[in-house]
Amino acid sequence: MRKYTPKDNVQAKSYYTDRYWVAPRVPREAVEAGTHFADVVEAMKAFAKESYIEVGQLVIHIDAAENFDAIKTLKEQCGYSQCSEQSAVDYLAKDGEFELFWQLLNIKEAKRVRIVCRLKEGEAIESIVPLFNSANFAEREMFDMFGIKVNNHPFLKRILMPDDWEGHPLLKTYPLHGDEFASWYEVDKIFGKEYRDIIGPENRDPARIDRYDTKRFSRVGYEVPFGADISEGEKEQPIEYSETLLVDYNKKAGKQLDQRK
Amino acid sequence: MQQPNKLTPFFENLNFERDDNTMVINFGPQHPSAHGQLRLVLELDGEQVVKAYPDIGYLHRGIEKMAENMTYNEFLPTTDRLDYIASTSNNYAYALAVEKLLGIEAPRRAQVIRTMLLEVNRVISHLFFIATHALDVGAMSVFLYAFREREFGMDLMEDYCGARLTHSAVRIGGVPLDLPEGWVENMVAWCDKVDKEVKNTYEALLTENRIWRMRLEDVGVISAEDALNWGCTGIMLRGSGVEYDIRKEEPYELYSELDFDVPVSDRCDSYGRYRLYMEEIHQSTRILRQLVQMYKESDPQLMAHAPQYISATKEEIMTQNYALMQHFVLVTQGMRPPKGEVYVPTESPKGELGFYIKSEGEPYAYRLKCRAPSFFHTGLLQDILVGTYIADVVTIIGSTNIVFGEVDR
Repeated sequence: MRKYTPKDNVQAKSYYTDRYWVAPRVPREAVEAGTHFADVVEAMKAFAKESYIEVGQLVIHIDAAENFDAIKTLKEQCGYSQCSEQSAVDYLAKDGEFELFWQLLNIKEAKRVRIVCRLKEGEAIESIVPLFNSANFAEREMFDMFGIKVNNHPFLKRILMPDDWEGHPLLKTYPLHGDEFASWYEVDKIFGKEYRDIIGPENRDPARIDRYDTKRFSRVGYEVPFGADISEGEKEQPIEYSETLLVDYNKKAGKQLDQRK
Repeated sequence: MQQPNKLTPFFENLNFERDDNTMVINFGPQHPSAHGQLRLVLELDGEQVVKAYPDIGYLHRGIEKMAENMTYNEFLPTTDRLDYIASTSNNYAYALAVEKLLGIEAPRRAQVIRTMLLEVNRVISHLFFIATHALDVGAMSVFLYAFREREFGMDLMEDYCGARLTHSAVRIGGVPLDLPEGWVENMVAWCDKVDKEVKNTYEALLTENRIWRMRLEDVGVISAEDALNWGCTGIMLRGSGVEYDIRKEEPYELYSELDFDVPVSDRCDSYGRYRLYMEEIHQSTRILRQLVQMYKESDPQLMAHAPQYISATKEEIMTQNYALMQHFVLVTQGMRPPKGEVYVPTESPKGELGFYIKSEGEPYAYRLKCRAPSFFHTGLLQDILVGTYIADVVTIIGSTNIVFGEVDR
């Protein structure tokens, strides 16, 4: 029987698991009264669902719908004048949610706050570009990598991947080596989909190396004459590619992605 | 679509036929001044930029995706490929983030060596900046001089770790090797040489040079408010009059014990930033000289003692059974940090380089986000290029000191 691999998370997993081992947690400290963070917590009281200090930085959990107001309060009342980073974590397999975070910096106090919220799959988040321009690129990257839509973003478009890409690479359902669409991207684009059969998977990979080809590749360690046959009668083995997942990203039912199977 | 004929030939990079009499040009991605793979779509009215659209992603290798599929130690050499001008600063930022997650601290000597490597890398990166920036603006000879000193700096890195560009010179929990014999003396000699050359050659060639000043002064002006708003860090922020250096404000490693100044310029233009780069080289050599004494006073331990996460020294592995077992488990399975999330900022030569790591207690990071300074500095281009002239575009790109390894990741 073939080994079962979960389809909702295809990232590398440890081969060894101890069912009795419980991972410890990075200590979360309570906010002490009288500190700068206590003032922040006080100002953010209307939004904060939970707040604690983790590795020297204040973490505030908020509701996804209130992200703009919460960050606006933080900027205007607490002096957090820079949004260092903004991105998401994929928890779709476990909770059906994304975890979004905003990393903010107060230049005067040299303190950092992380705003965290959970966003259900398919929901959109409000853009904070009116508050911080640095979120412009960061939100585009989040959209590109996770497919999270951002409302009222001035120019929500893919940023790192090509515009005509299918799928969102940082989702846990997206395999490291790319999916069906990714492996045929260049062929589809340059020659058209019908050329998949003509080119075939063995010629798809431009970095492919033929072990027996002595015309274009030299041997390391033992040199052979140009064009010599070194296969010793052995048949050439086609390179095996890892089985790619047939994920229908556009949710078009009935669309068969892999024509070859 | 263009209809090419004899009178209007087809130019791949240009589009003349626009209703509003503007011209759209593609700057890059294969432009020598694009600092890698920047494609900048510029809409020009005459020679003035009306609209600028930085298009990135030509060097995207999915490093954050790779981080989710590699154990923590496996991923470390990949960080070399972020800011490949100063690799150790990436290795260090990543190692520090993992150490914070694990709750361990590198031993004193490792800290001294790491700080030394960081500062050597900072000087190398700044020399690279001045070389390429001067070349972009048109000063060829500075490029030759600055690359000479950078070569010597890379020789130092080669003497330490064997690699010139992709160092991987830092490990999670410390450093793998002690400094080789004579390294400290070579380093001090190099510092003297760099100080002398920067002062007598580069600054003498450029600082009061009439052409250099005309090309740089009041070009690429970023107000302090804009710099903060667009997420500028490092010299881009200090060049706009905001005094914020993570080494001073949120000290890591030995920076709290070291005596150095943070130069700030309120000129807000490319010339001010150029002056800051020059001054930071002097400050870095000043730090390096102070570290020599600290190195001599430190104990020889190089890796932190945390058997759950970090292998023992080679000697112990070869002689003690338990250390060997531990090493075997750590190599085959990888370390399992506690559950939690951490964001650790460091001051890389380009600005704030931070790693956000979300751990679920597995040997693979659940999510790793690299906060690259150049990514945000590239975003800023769409704002500051508007209204400037096409001749200044190259100066401004050079002045932001972006590196595409970390923009595209």
